[in-house]
Order: sequence, then C-alpha cells, then structure tokens
Amino acid sequence: MGSGIVGFEKAHTEKKDRMLSRVADSLYWMSRYLERAENAVRQLDVTMSLVLDTGGPNVETRWHRMMAALGKPEGMPWNGSLEQMARTLIFDPIDPLSVTFCVSGARENARQVREEISTEQWQRLNRLYHHIHSPHAQSQFSSSVNDLLASIIDGIYLFKGTTDTTMIHGQGWQFIRLGRYLERAYATATLLEVYQPELFQHGAQESAAHLYLEFVGLLRSCTSFEAYCQVYTADLSPARVLEFLLLNRDFPHAIRYCVDGARESIQGIQHTGGRRAPDELISGIGKLHAMLVYTNIQEILAGDAASFLHNIRAQCLYIHELIYRYYVHYSIQSALAF
Amino acid sequence: MPILLRLPRNRRESTGRKVLDPTMKAGHSVELDSLYGDYPLDYAFDEMREPSGEVRAQYRALAETLAALPADELHRRKQSVDLAFLTQGITFTVYGREEGTERIFPYDLLPRLVTAQEWDRIERGLTQRITALNLFLRDVYSDAKILADRVIPRELVYSCKHYRRQMRGLQVPRNVYIAVVGSDLLRLNNGEFVVLEDNLRVPSGVSYMLTNRRVMKRTFPRLFASYGVRPIEHYPQLLLATLRSLAPEGRPEPNIVLLTPGVFNSAYFEHTYLARQMGVDLVEGRDLVTHDNIVYMRTTDGLKRVDVIYRRVDDDFSDPLVFRSDSALGCAGLFNAYRAGNVTVSNAFGTGLADDKAVYAYVPRMIRYYLNEDPILSNVETFLLSEDKDRKHVLANLDKLVVKAVGESGGYGMLIGPHSTASQREEFARQIEANPRNYIAQPTLQFSRAPCLIDDRLEPRHVDLRPYILFGDKVNIVPGGLTRVALERGSLVVNSSQGGGSKDTWVLE
Repeated sequence: MGSGIVGFEKAHTEKKDRMLSRVADSLYWMSRYLERAENAVRQLDVTMSLVLDTGGPNVETRWHRMMAALGKPEGMPWNGSLEQMARTLIFDPIDPLSVTFCVSGARENARQVREEISTEQWQRLNRLYHHIHSPHAQSQFSSSVNDLLASIIDGIYLFKGTTDTTMIHGQGWQFIRLGRYLERAYATATLLEVYQPELFQHGAQESAAHLYLEFVGLLRSCTSFEAYCQVYTADLSPARVLEFLLLNRDFPHAIRYCVDGARESIQGIQHTGGRRAPDELISGIGKLHAMLVYTNIQEILAGDAASFLHNIRAQCLYIHELIYRYYVHYSIQSALAF
Repeated sequence: MPILLRLPRNRRESTGRKVLDPTMKAGHSVELDSLYGDYPLDYAFDEMREPSGEVRAQYRALAETLAALPADELHRRKQSVDLAFLTQGITFTVYGREEGTERIFPYDLLPRLVTAQEWDRIERGLTQRITALNLFLRDVYSDAKILADRVIPRELVYSCKHYRRQMRGLQVPRNVYIAVVGSDLLRLNNGEFVVLEDNLRVPSGVSYMLTNRRVMKRTFPRLFASYGVRPIEHYPQLLLATLRSLAPEGRPEPNIVLLTPGVFNSAYFEHTYLARQMGVDLVEGRDLVTHDNIVYMRTTDGLKRVDVIYRRVDDDFSDPLVFRSDSALGCAGLFNAYRAGNVTVSNAFGTGLADDKAVYAYVPRMIRYYLNEDPILSNVETFLLSEDKDRKHVLANLDKLVVKAVGESGGYGMLIGPHSTASQREEFARQIEANPRNYIAQPTLQFSRAPCLIDDRLEPRHVDLRPYILFGDKVNIVPGGLTRVALERGSLVVNSSQGGGSKDTWVLE
C-alpha cells in the first residue's frame, strides 16, 4: 500500500529520536532470542558431527559440555540417546534452551512490536516459526538432521539480512543490533570458558588428531574455522584459537568485534535519543572495550584465563542491567525531573 | 449483529443450474453452468443474479472472467492468497480455544459490487445518521433537550449500561464524540439497504477491508482495472487527519497514539496495521503515565507527552480510577486528563449509549428531531420489550423473532427464534420478564446473498456491509467497506468471532 503520510513530514522527523521503552525491550529480546537459537543450532550441529569420530570424550560428556556452553550446565538430563536429546533440544516447546522456544520467543516479541519492524522482516520470522512447527520439520529431523539445522540457520540469516536491508537504521535497529552482539559476546565467552580447561591447559597429553578435531569443532561452533585459516593458516594452536575468538577486531563472532558492535549501538542510541546521558552505560561498555583492545593474548594466558572470560560474562550482564535502567525500567520520578 | 438464517429452498432452485442467457454480450456465449454448483435463487436478494437467473449488469464482466478461467485456476489463486495471509500474519485471535488461537481471517475471492447510485444513497444516509447520532450524544451529555421534549424516554437513556455519568457537562473537542464508526448495513429482499447497527464504540475490521483490496488487485488485476473501482487505500491517512483535527488547542504538532489492549486482543493485527500505516506509536496501558493531568508515554528518551489517543480499548477498561478498578489495560488518571482537556480520546467515552439496541429504535426520530429531515436509510423494525404492547407480541411470537440483549455485540446474548428449542425460548421468556429493558426483538430478516467460491464452485452466501465512517472536520466515508460473509452453507452469523469471513467491496464509478 502506498499511503504515505503526505504533509506530515515534521511529525515524522520528530519521531525518529525516540521509541517506546516497551518496544525497545521487545526488539532487543527478539534479537537475543534469535541469536540464542542460532547458537544452539550450530553447537548441536558440531556436537553431532564430533561424536562420529572415535577418540576424545564420549557422547554423554560432550552433551554435558554443550549444555554448559549453552549456559545451563544442569539443563536437559542425559537419557542415553543423542537423537532423542537432539529432538528435545530442537523441538521442546517449554525448555528455554530449545531452538523452538527461542524462535517462538523471538516471534512473540516481534508480534508485540509488529508495527515497528518491516513487513519483510515479519514475514521471514513468521515463516521460520511456521517451518519449525510444521510436520515437515519433524520428518526432516528423521531423514536428515543436517538439512533441518541448515534450513533453520538459513531462516535466521534471511531474517538478519532483511533486518539490515529493510529497516530504518534508527534506534529500533540499534536495539536489535545491541541484543545480537551482547548475546553473542556472552555466548562466545561462555563457550570459551567451558572449553578452556580441556583445550588450553592440557597441553600435549591428548593425541594430536583428536585435539585438532576438538579445535575445529570449537571454531565451527562460532562459524570461524575458515576465517581462522585465512588469518593464521590451518595451523591450530591453543593460543591462536583463543586470540582469534577473543581479540580479533574484524571477525563478527569474535568477542572483541561483538563488544565493539554493542558499543557502537549504544553510542547510536545515545546519539539519536539522549536527553539523559547514560554515563554509567557508556563507561561500562567502554571498560569492556578497553579490556579487549589493550590486552594481548600472552598476558591473558600468563594470568588467569578462566577468570578473564568469566569477567567478560559478568560485564555483559552488568551492561544488560544498565540498558534496562536507562531505557526501559527507569523510575517516573527521575524521568519527570527533566 | 446480523443473523443469517437457513431458508427453505423453493421451486426456483432448478433454474439455478441453467445456462445463463447467452445474449448477455453479443458474440460471447458463455457457459457458466459448470461453475454454478448448488446455486439456489429464492426470495432472498441475490447480489449477482436477477430472480430470473440472469446476471445483473454490473456483475457481467466478473461472470465472464470466471467462466474464462481454467478449471482449477480459481482454486490455485485462492491457495496462494491463503498462504500469503498466513506468512503475513494477517490473523485474528479466537477466544476460548487453547490450541490454534491464531487464525487467518477467512476470505472469499469474489468481489461484492456496489453501483454508484447505490453508494450515493448509502453515503448520504450514513452521513445524515452519524451527524444526528453525534448531536444526540452531545445533547444527552449536556442539556438533554431531546429528553425534556419527550422524544426519547428519559428512563431508556438513563438505564442504559453504557451511559457514562462522568461525561455530563464535559466539553469534547469540536463536539465530536464519534470520530470512527463502522455501521452494519443489510440489504433486504426489495434491494434496499437498511442499518442494523451503528457500532459507535470501537468498530473493527477496517484492516481487512484494506488487505482484501490489496489481495484483490493482485489476484484479478485486469478485471479490477476494467471495472473502474473507487479507491479506499487512503483510509489510514484520512484517519490520521481526523485524529489531528481533534487535537487539544495549542498543540500544533500533536503526538498521536493508538491505544491497544495488547497482543491477546482479537483485533491486535488491525491495531498494529493501522499504527504502521499512520506512522504513529502503538501503545498499551502500561506504556502510559499521567502526571498533573497530562498523559505521557515511556520512551527510551524519557517521558513524552501524548495529545491524541485513538482508543481501541473499551470504556470499562480505559481508566481503573473511573471505570473498572480491576482493569490493567488502561491508564490510571486518563479520564481526569481528558476532562482537563489535555488529551483527546477518540471515540469519546459513553458513546455506547447510542449503540444500545433499544436506543437504536429511536434513531429515525433523532434524525427528524435534530436535522428536521426524513431518514435516508431505514432501521430494522424493532420491538422494545419495556413497552407492554410490544412485549406481549414478542412473547407470543418468540419462535419467529430474533431477541437480542441491548448492550451486547459480536453476536452474543441472543435468541434466534426459528432456530431455537422450546427450552431456550422459555429461558429467554423468563429473562425478558425479569428485565425487559435489557432486550429488544426484531423480525428474522432475509437479507441478501452474494456468490462465494466454495469448493471450486459458486454458491450464494448471506452478506452484510460495514462501511467505515470518519468524523473530524466533517464526515468522510471511504467508498467501500467490509462485506462480511456467513461462509457456512444455509446461513450463519457473519461475525469473525463466530466463523464469518469477508469479501472485498468494489464501489463502481
């Protein structure tokens, strides 16, 4: 429909610099849920392919490691069948770790701000939602899990692509970006923290071939194997893998890159809105940024890598809280003071 | 709320399958027989065909197009539309079902056609009616002259459950109480349109009117172009202009919002659609805050003043301080801000008074009283059960009449005489005796039917027509409206909450 709001340009320009707090909240969570779904799909994919090879940890250990990497070590008790576990992780409508739960969560949030996102975005997300709930997805799971996982990832990528190409890059888009990067930074930090004792401390005890597969798995969990090879060649060393996933400036799944992205978004939000300067938020994200920019991998490995990673997660949580304090759940009394 | 009834088939039924008059267009001998399945023509007015079976002039091009399509083409187009509706999330929510609460709005592929002359009468009639109804609301909530002059019984107005005492003496911007109206019209056997309901509270369905049109243009582009259909696409812009014209004094750049009960409301899709098409914020009660009789919304940039609220929340749920205290859907303090003139709320509170089905019976008298004109559109004959004579007649004829509770909408709280059981009639009789003011009765109407695509064939289904009227500086009606269809054979209710569907309505130049 081509009904523009002819003659009301002024009201429109005035509108750009703010949005409803509830809407910002929904866009942020829509984005976080989708990122979470993507992460779960990719880790499941990697885990299911790693168990095909002999050697290394057994299936159950791997399953628990993946659960821990998804942020819930006690989640989904092992029942002996990887296929059944995978089915639960994909389709369980209630478990908050499941892909279905996350996709539904994203769509429910989108539905509540239907008027803020583009029709194209909504259609992609809606299609993904209907796909994962369809009998076809169930039969795909039985015939070829890989195809199913790939089709879910495709759906998510399509949504992200339409988000970037069909939505105004204003505040709403910044909140989507912020949700995506914070979720990803947190998830990557969690993943590294879980892998860290096994991969970065053992040294040469394990067989080289097995270790190689584990490293490839870790990198593939972040879609970063090929990117790593471009930077460092296929020579996989613990220090380099950690350096790449933690400190790389240019790779979108590296924590440094995510933190930079989140920082840009916060600045973008501050720039478009911003009567109340969110001082603590700016300094919070700035500190995290500085920590990743001005530390090198030798310092991290010489010190306590585990607590370094843990610290990143804690700071991500703190930044999340600050976003809420400044943009969503602020007190009316303090807002009236302006 | 139109009720559609199963009608007995008469002997004409056999003519329904005959080959249509081959002379209807020179050189075109169109074989339509295969399209018409069970197509009875009887005393109900058929939108497409004369009683003789001949296709009405305005429908000929449509009939030819249908006849020229390959057998399964219509079916294919219908499927592609259904899929589009689903992926676009054009759905409504059905209450009282746990599973599958989100459904696509059932939709029929064939347009309903309204000629220019027919529309002209509808437009003039509705303009007259809305003007009178607005004057009535203004009068009742100020001097109540119409009551003093005994044109309408005082008791009838003051006993209405939608009468809002809080509105007495309140100055409403531009004296417009009903900015957005969606009247329900029916077409009777003689071809005349009558008003069944005025819907002055929060009428819905306009988003379906707009999406239906978009779909039709895609499905029948050439046919659409050849018909010269009057456009309706500017409705959101007109709505925005209407709301702006009602903004409080001294707010040259008013902040307009649409207030929705939220994602669980059956019309939520429509709320998001209109907000997006107008470019205004869609707010829920929890987004609003009042302070010093000013309404604000919570934004990422702090609190922002709200000037005009297009309200899609019922009176009862709008402000827990003044109306229902257990409601969390509205905004505490909203009414006081409204009374102080700091915010415009459209429609005004208390407009349901003029929607009361007993007050409805007096609308023709209002038109004469305020405008000194004869009504252009008639009412449906209505018996007031608070009148002894009427009540006696109704109780004796419950099996032939339709009884409705005066304050209900959406097809709830009514008895359809010919479809009822003896025990249901007894139950209603008891309720009527206990509270006669709460009920009215109307004859069971036979209203018009239009052809619908049912399993690849055309079958007639009962339809009504809901045009959308906007009232700001002046009355504005986009040419068209939502044609609602009772999609089940025989006939049923057209309400979307009870299994009705819709059609696009083409008003011809």
